[in-house]
Amino acid sequence: MEAVLFILFGAIAVCGAIMVVTRKSPMASALYLILTLFAVAALFVLRQAHFLAAIQVIIYAGAVVVLFVFVIMLINVPEDRLPVERATTTRVLGILAAGFFILESAVLARRFYMPTGPATAVGTVEAVGRALFTDYLLAFEVTSVLLLAAVIGAIALAKRKI
Amino acid sequence: MIAPSAYLLLSAILFGIGVVGVVARKNILIILMSVELMLNGVNVAFVAAGSYLGDTAGGVFAFMVMTVAAAEAAVGLALLIALYRLKETIDITELRVLKW
Repeated sequence: MEAVLFILFGAIAVCGAIMVVTRKSPMASALYLILTLFAVAALFVLRQAHFLAAIQVIIYAGAVVVLFVFVIMLINVPEDRLPVERATTTRVLGILAAGFFILESAVLARRFYMPTGPATAVGTVEAVGRALFTDYLLAFEVTSVLLLAAVIGAIALAKRKI
Repeated sequence: MIAPSAYLLLSAILFGIGVVGVVARKNILIILMSVELMLNGVNVAFVAAGSYLGDTAGGVFAFMVMTVAAAEAAVGLALLIALYRLKETIDITELRVLKW
């Protein structure tokens, strides 16, 4: 059962990701990005990481992609002014490099030893919450400074006159 | 039962597709979305490794990656808006002020 679900959601995630990078219209890409993010959230549930699956849907699919859609509609580039994609040497080499990276990781992943077994409940709300507020408390608090910096930076950059 | 390597491979594929989007596309919006894809691919590896090894660090790191991704999207899109106001383009090849 787990294998079937893994293949199903893995295939959805990969197909969605391919569509994200191949669509011409940014809006179509954003919608396929949501599809991929939901499929990855399902994979998190398969690994018993319920907290991260919920966060993935709320933060990523909810906040980040909505921000993207917002900006796409705000700047609203007309169809004929979207950049024309051409296959230059640099681009083709970049795609080949990415393909090589995937192959290399496939070889490495087979050699890398990890105990196979049922998912341990380390990604549940309780487990992650306990870890965040004990062992990783400092990192968690510093995260809030990062978000504050991002908020101030985003406002300072996007505002016409400060 | 799924082998851990299957998750690592899926993570590498998502990351690789993200890399293709970053190097091969000209549309800045799609490049930013590809960066999100890359970060998501890394998260798959973190969560899978955490749950197979029985370590909460995997989940916590994935959480931090998500925070960074949200911050990056906010700042990146703000930059894009400022840029579009100035240059009226979202083509990355037309932005070469710092290129000699």
